[in-house]
Amino acid sequence: MAKPEEIQRIKKVAWDLRADIVKMIGVGKAGHLGGSCSLAEIVAALYFGKMHFDPKALHDPDRDRFLVSKGHSVLVQYAALVELGAIPRDEMGKLKTLGGKLQGHPDMMTPGMEAVTGSLGQGLSIATGMGLSLRLRKSPARVYVVIGDGELAEGQLWEAAMAAARYKLDSLTAILDKNRIQATGPTKEIFDIPNVEDKWRAFGWNVLNVDGHDVGAILDVLDKATATKGGPTVIVADTIKGKGVSFAENTAAFHNGVMTGEQYNQALTEIEESRRVMQ
Amino acid sequence: MTSPNLRSAYGASLVRLGKKDERVVALEADLGKSTQSVMFQTEFPDRYFQMGIAEQNMASTAAGFALSGMIPFIHSFAVFASGRTYDQLRNSICIPNLPVRICGSSAGLSDFGDGKTHQGVEDAALMRSLPNMTVLCPADSIEVEQMMDCMLDWPGPVYFRINRNDLPFVTPEGEPYSIGKMTRLREGGDVAIFASGIMVSKALEAAKTLETEGTSTRVINISTIKPLDRDAVIRYARGVDAIVTAEEHSIIGGIGSAVVEALRGVSHAPVEFVGIPDSFGISAEGYNELLAHFKLTSDEIAKTAKSLLKGKEKCASVL
Repeated sequence: MAKPEEIQRIKKVAWDLRADIVKMIGVGKAGHLGGSCSLAEIVAALYFGKMHFDPKALHDPDRDRFLVSKGHSVLVQYAALVELGAIPRDEMGKLKTLGGKLQGHPDMMTPGMEAVTGSLGQGLSIATGMGLSLRLRKSPARVYVVIGDGELAEGQLWEAAMAAARYKLDSLTAILDKNRIQATGPTKEIFDIPNVEDKWRAFGWNVLNVDGHDVGAILDVLDKATATKGGPTVIVADTIKGKGVSFAENTAAFHNGVMTGEQYNQALTEIEESRRVMQ
Repeated sequence: MTSPNLRSAYGASLVRLGKKDERVVALEADLGKSTQSVMFQTEFPDRYFQMGIAEQNMASTAAGFALSGMIPFIHSFAVFASGRTYDQLRNSICIPNLPVRICGSSAGLSDFGDGKTHQGVEDAALMRSLPNMTVLCPADSIEVEQMMDCMLDWPGPVYFRINRNDLPFVTPEGEPYSIGKMTRLREGGDVAIFASGIMVSKALEAAKTLETEGTSTRVINISTIKPLDRDAVIRYARGVDAIVTAEEHSIIGGIGSAVVEALRGVSHAPVEFVGIPDSFGISAEGYNELLAHFKLTSDEIAKTAKSLLKGKEKCASVL
């Protein structure tokens, strides 16, 4: 069980990440707010809790790896790397601008990025290759990869699921960001994929569930995944798209939405308030 | 003694690299016997990954290996290695410029019986258009071996198209090899033939025929299709009255296109392509029969050169 003070510390970080995401996107510009905010607690729990990761040693061969396969949500990873000091804070204002280091999707030109993702369905394969390679080199490093529920429609993802199970890759943890909304609407209406847990089990994976905004539960479930031997684990995380910004919650409008000045201020106010009153 | 078979030379070279460097791993999509990556499996079972018939996953998995410091070789028929995986090669591998080696085996028409679906006649065009990708086409098994020796240190991804069959030896003994270098195999002043793969030996035959008819012909082997040595193309095109390109590939986007792109903005002799017209392959009983069907022959190369020379005379008389 995670300690209360650790939980509190990471909860705070999660709200900091949300504030960073909003600031990065800014006013009058499109940005992937929804799918980034749904991951704040998960990413905070990984980078500030569970991962063996030193921001001063980004190329340590034994570092734990974190990849966002649904690459448009990389803003939350940028935010974590800014908070860790791996990405200079002034880069946040230069998101998706010429001369900036923060691309619209993960790119190796950004410090701390582990792979190029964003063409959906590829991250789990890349993570599998990393895991197999680390195992060959007898490295203790773990590989974490976030996939989206909309992304599950990509066939390659299931090819990777079969491969990771075939190789019993227990250093690999996939985290399914089940926020139930994809680019053009609710996943249930766009391309419903029922019985997700059963599907993963049938593909040979260990399946765990978690409330994706409950930091204590996330820390515990990550421990459980690490302790599970003999095969890869997927954590199905129930999340809210746009979590923490009321007008962006549970809507496709802020999958890649544009905030007005008023909305921008409201978002930061709400996040600050949540951070202040959090239990 | 090197086998004249390109696949065998490939498999043996892969084993040699594996012995030399522990970073070498091989990924296969259930075609290990066709591609001869099976030789590596026998030698290094722990570094051989059977990925099943799932080429897209194989390609992105290789990216993961490369991102962790390995040098992965992935294998399939050229048509699948380049086409089925195009988006994975582009995004997982070429954007981050990773040292993944992509073996496009049974390239061109060399899998003669299997027909359109299995004959990669546009793979070089696809691969050439990818930023960061190096594209190779060895003309014989000696070049396969030489090319493989460069694979440990060459930065970035490499796609190489390997013929399925035995090819005549054309590489001169002791000729040093490096990626990017094109080799003049025969000197001559009237015609220049730029050729790749199996068409190099056919270009040499054509040059002999032309010589007996009084046309002096130089033959250049373009085994590095990309990065193309533009200066060398211009140099070898200089002074001749006709230029022919010859390739076992679509005339769209292969070495014919690459040579003309290289010669743009530079005064040069007329160019004509010997290659596969804008069409898919087709099943045949034998390789030579199929090559003849698509006019990928030494006769066609010689004929093309002569018709260019004749055309030039005609133009001169009109002027």
